[in-house]
Amino acid sequence: MIAELGHFALILALAVAIFQVIVPMVGAARGWSGWIEAARPAALAQFGLIGISFAALTVAFVTSDFSVALVYENSHTAKPMIYKISGVWGNHEGSMLLWVLILSLFGAAVATFDANLPPKLRARVLAVQAAIGMSFLAFILFTSNPFLRMASPPFNGRDLNPLLQDPGLAFHPPFLYLGYVGLSMAFSFAVAALIEGRVDAAWARWVRPWTLAAWIFLTIGIGLGSWWAYYELGWGGFWFWDPVENASFMPWLIAAALLHSAIVVEKREVLKSWTILLAIMAFGFSLIGTFIVRSGVITSVHSFASDPERGVFILLILGVFLGGALTLFTFRAPAMQARGAFAPVSREGALVLNNILLAVSAFVVFVGTMWPLVAEMLWDRKLSVGAPFFEQAFTPFMVALAIILPLGAILPWKRGRLARVLYPLRGALVLTGAVMALIFAVSTGRSALAVIGGGLGVWLVGGAVADLWLRTGSSGFARLRRLPRADWGKAVAHAGLGVTFIGISLLMAWQVEDIRVAHIGETFRVSAYDITLTEVDERPGPNYQATVATMKVTRDGRQVAVLYPEKRIYPVQAMPTTEAAIQNGMFRDLYLVIGDTQPDGGWAVRTYIKPFASWIWLGVALMALGGCISLSDRRYRVAAGARQSRPSPQPAE
Amino acid sequence: MRILILCLSLVFAFPAFAVQPDEVLADPALEARAREISRVLRCPVCQGETIDESNAPISRDLRLYLRERLVAGDSNDQAIQAVADRFGEYVLFEPPAQGVNWLLYLAGPVMALLALVLGWRFLRSRNVAEVGPTELSDEEKARLDKIMRD
Repeated sequence: MIAELGHFALILALAVAIFQVIVPMVGAARGWSGWIEAARPAALAQFGLIGISFAALTVAFVTSDFSVALVYENSHTAKPMIYKISGVWGNHEGSMLLWVLILSLFGAAVATFDANLPPKLRARVLAVQAAIGMSFLAFILFTSNPFLRMASPPFNGRDLNPLLQDPGLAFHPPFLYLGYVGLSMAFSFAVAALIEGRVDAAWARWVRPWTLAAWIFLTIGIGLGSWWAYYELGWGGFWFWDPVENASFMPWLIAAALLHSAIVVEKREVLKSWTILLAIMAFGFSLIGTFIVRSGVITSVHSFASDPERGVFILLILGVFLGGALTLFTFRAPAMQARGAFAPVSREGALVLNNILLAVSAFVVFVGTMWPLVAEMLWDRKLSVGAPFFEQAFTPFMVALAIILPLGAILPWKRGRLARVLYPLRGALVLTGAVMALIFAVSTGRSALAVIGGGLGVWLVGGAVADLWLRTGSSGFARLRRLPRADWGKAVAHAGLGVTFIGISLLMAWQVEDIRVAHIGETFRVSAYDITLTEVDERPGPNYQATVATMKVTRDGRQVAVLYPEKRIYPVQAMPTTEAAIQNGMFRDLYLVIGDTQPDGGWAVRTYIKPFASWIWLGVALMALGGCISLSDRRYRVAAGARQSRPSPQPAE
Repeated sequence: MRILILCLSLVFAFPAFAVQPDEVLADPALEARAREISRVLRCPVCQGETIDESNAPISRDLRLYLRERLVAGDSNDQAIQAVADRFGEYVLFEPPAQGVNWLLYLAGPVMALLALVLGWRFLRSRNVAEVGPTELSDEEKARLDKIMRD
């Protein structure tokens, strides 16, 4: 009964979405205020209906209603409650439902909070948003209905994939979707602006909070995913450049470019058409990502989520929205006149370079991801493009970006001189040189990666500090507290990027690994640590059986940690997982993994010493935090931008 | 989104590690080379995993074969080629920069160059056309003086 209610609510939501596409759009074109105003209640109703539908599916999972096929496939009565709930989106159908739920949530947010948005613009934004919602609702109802019943309900379910039964992964997909779908907001604003034929500083100020929010969510989502991979997969990898990861990384890069170009539109009223194009592309890449993941065309060998029908449907959605928006763009873009003028060496010039580097690096990731597909279609060659290619092709752009970032961040608007911005950065420059020399000395010439990556990281952090310092002028710390939040957010996020740089390069350059057979009571030495395998026992878990090792780690005779790496078997899916034991430290992580028992009674044991690993996620957290601080700036609060709908031009310098 | 791919890769997984202790070569230098190579070879039956990470039996076979080649005196390139000859270019995570693959390798640099040229032309157009002198002209100075005096 409840499942049917959910299904019915979803069909009603589709009907409301169709209404919300047509009525406000016509109303805005004809200037009928009743029709324009219809957008808001429609957006709220759509959210309410999809919410009911999602709640119905959640109830089916929580009560283990195995008459619903999706619950049978992905749940089990013995599963802990949190994973019963996260199981709702741990599968194709449910995750699509979460996707449209978030889409309608954003629509409802625009309807509720952007009270001062011009009514016509709001009507058009909500109509475009509803058009996206409509296509995905149709996609769910026609190809991936989550509410299908089983003819004869089985006694118990087939359980969720054990790898997904993990807190990190329970929250990874919702954040990614918040990010992807948040970019649909920027897309809707861009298309609405193209229809209106007007892009100005006020428009940029309305778009920025949505883009920033989407970027923050993507940052957190990607960070959670890579952190999960680090501790769960058992060898401590954190990024693999596989197509599914790239699918989330490309929108992140484009969103970062969009954030920066929207600043230029807001402050200087130039780069308008480019910003619109980026807004279209950012969501375009989200759709491409969805297509890559759902259709299975790229990871072709053993496709399981792949269903040609679904792939074609998503390709159709992608074609209509991307093609439609780009066509509209070619007709309307030339009308957008840039106002401001500026010299090549200026904040604007630096932000143009930032956009070039971010967009081209996203393009490189795109080409690398799609190349196997292209090669197979055109030349019938089955080939692979993996980490070695991306590391070569992608890294140079990040190096260039890191070099110019601190310079660009403090260049004045309109016109600047390089010599003059280098002066405040002298401290950062000296520090960078010193750290590079230090790293070179410790690593005895082993790795250019550590020297360059570490140096760039320090340069970024130092540059962020210099930026704040410069803003305080001679009045010192008192001024520092009164700086606009946007300035703080900028410095924190840029420093976060630097911290991530340091973490990635030092981890990759200095990691130590040891694989061996250890006997109980035996002590072995890895790097400066003595590790003893003291015992191994079997312990039952709620829905699995665990083999737990106890390992003592000492350094120079002092105990550093006692760690308990685990190996689990989930009987329902007959699947093993490794649960590495990690001791996080500021400067290194100790990472222990227990493997199979050996014929001679010993145990396979893997030990890793991972220097600066925590810095990767510390930096990611700082980037997200910087975004949040910036989002809380008074100027960008969702309602505030609209209050001054006739913006006074920002002082240029 | 990683979820789906991981479900897949683990359908084919076995309750074992990636590199097993019994595979490790006695000579550390040779073993280091073997690890380096196995990080650029793709497990033929998994979803985008290297043979270094993969638990699939075929990856173990590949790792052992690779070590045999190295012990027999192959260079890194020869050993990689030997594996590619057996399993096709699909196993190479770094596609060789030959033939059409040049397109892949050149796409990034060419796009960057193009973007830089277009970006530079855009910057020039904003600059030459409109940026006026930042100093005040004599006439403006005179007016400013007049205003200040008033």
